[in-house]
Amino acid sequence: MTTATGTYAPRPGAAPLPRMIAAQAALETKMLLRNGEQLLLTVVIPTLLLLLFSSVDIVDTGAGNAVDFLTPGILALAVMSTAFTGQAIATGFERRYGVLKRLASSPLPRWGLMTAKTASVLVTEILQVVLLTVIAFALGWNPHGNPLAVLLLLVLGTAAFSGLGLLMAGTLKAEATLAAANLVFLLLLVGGGVIVPLDKFPQGAQDVLGLLPISALSDGLRDVLQHGAGMPWGDLGILAVWAVLGLAVAGKFFRWE
Amino acid sequence: MEIPHPPVGAADRVPRLGPMRSEPVVQVQALVKRYGTKTAVDGLDLVARAGVTAVLGPNGAGKTTTVETCEGYRRPDSGTVRVLGLDPVRQARELHPRIGVMLQSGGVYSGARADEMLRHVAKLHAHPLDVDALIERLGLGSCGRTSYRRLSGGQQQRLALAMAVVGRPELVFLDEPTAGLDPQARHATWDLVRDLRADGVSVILTTHYMEEAEQLADDVAIIDAGRVIAHGSPEDLCRGGAENTLRFVGRPGLDVGSLLKALPADCSAAELTPGSYRVVGKVDPQLLATVASWCAQHGVMPDKISVERHTLEDVFLELTGKELRS
Repeated sequence: MTTATGTYAPRPGAAPLPRMIAAQAALETKMLLRNGEQLLLTVVIPTLLLLLFSSVDIVDTGAGNAVDFLTPGILALAVMSTAFTGQAIATGFERRYGVLKRLASSPLPRWGLMTAKTASVLVTEILQVVLLTVIAFALGWNPHGNPLAVLLLLVLGTAAFSGLGLLMAGTLKAEATLAAANLVFLLLLVGGGVIVPLDKFPQGAQDVLGLLPISALSDGLRDVLQHGAGMPWGDLGILAVWAVLGLAVAGKFFRWE
Repeated sequence: MEIPHPPVGAADRVPRLGPMRSEPVVQVQALVKRYGTKTAVDGLDLVARAGVTAVLGPNGAGKTTTVETCEGYRRPDSGTVRVLGLDPVRQARELHPRIGVMLQSGGVYSGARADEMLRHVAKLHAHPLDVDALIERLGLGSCGRTSYRRLSGGQQQRLALAMAVVGRPELVFLDEPTAGLDPQARHATWDLVRDLRADGVSVILTTHYMEEAEQLADDVAIIDAGRVIAHGSPEDLCRGGAENTLRFVGRPGLDVGSLLKALPADCSAAELTPGSYRVVGKVDPQLLATVASWCAQHGVMPDKISVERHTLEDVFLELTGKELRS
């Protein structure tokens, strides 16, 4: 028998904010790790590239051990694959299938959803960095430099790529985002100093390519990890500009449905 | 001391819920919403009180736009919207925990399982329903480990319904909750709506199904071309304005003229086929008594006496026209 105090009697209320964000981040991470295409992009491709180019001398990576040149570039690629490509595709389809819309009328505020997405990206990146670092060490990697500089580069790189990925996801159709995000991934993989050193390109091209977020991230990581440089302020500056611009434009033009 | 009689008509219109009925849960005033050059909602007024309110209308009438403005998804171009006394856009943080939303479609991660998504939405609320009981109630247990994109349309609909109620809201918005459902699933949805109402949850639902509105709604608003063109209880709408029909079978060749004289002025009477009579007018107990007494005076035993009430569908088609809408 149902009365005013029955099963469905109203008892509304939002869960505490940290609990909502943690639950959202956990679900987003679970969805990402369950998705085969996403794993291919974020785990399989970076791992294969690191193994392949470290052991087979296809690209001239300059003096020294190939793995010392490649690992910083592959770490940059891992950040791009998760923060940009993966996030753009996943968010684009969430928008298309009304997930963002439905969550927008839940107690979770929109900024809470974005915080959770960022947390999910960071968790995935930590898993990637651990995996790639273990493989690199097994291949004889010998890193140098200041861990703080590395961390700063990774965080700013994540912010820069997130802004661009969300801009794409929030403005284009899901299918267009899928195609464009993969194409950009491929182009930047080749032209962003990930496995092919930028100095293989003509000078004019180098000047332009050097301003890309992927080039700034791979160059900065390489300066620190391969050459033991101090704070790579130039590369950090480029990443900061991309991060501010990307996130601001994404914030302005992002459409939730 | 004299006890005053209640005004005529009030006694037979006992509200189905208590005094709560007087508190509006949704107040929409002069709402206008345009998409480019198309005006989707054109000066719409709607007051929904506690209980179940059905919003009926042809495709493109502005039902979903109105409901989505109440949910805070769209900003009115002009007019005001208040839901539980709050502005759905500016006071969204306050409002959202108190409402439950079922979108017309989608709303779930394509790779998520039904129970996973429902548990997630439950975690966003402070005092959610028992998720296992809700899964059982809506027959979602059979979804097992299937991801959302591989669920049947009916399972997807029921999951969306469960997500709307799991947070124990005061007010639930259901946008075409039974569209495309089989009869079993439709009845399960209706039963849940009745239980929500009985437990004091208000429901605003849009529907194409007249039967759904008649079965569930305390109030019906009929929307056409972005405006409310009729509003009232299903009974009121069926009674109001619409003429009803009384039929009986008797001896052929009765004096219809004399019957007509006995009836109120606005009625008509005719012998359609020999022995088969029809009276059209405002059919009420008085009219029925008049016909019966006229029959008694004429020594006629009225056989197969029947009253045809207008259905909500008749009223709907009368108001919105019978031509097909795009």
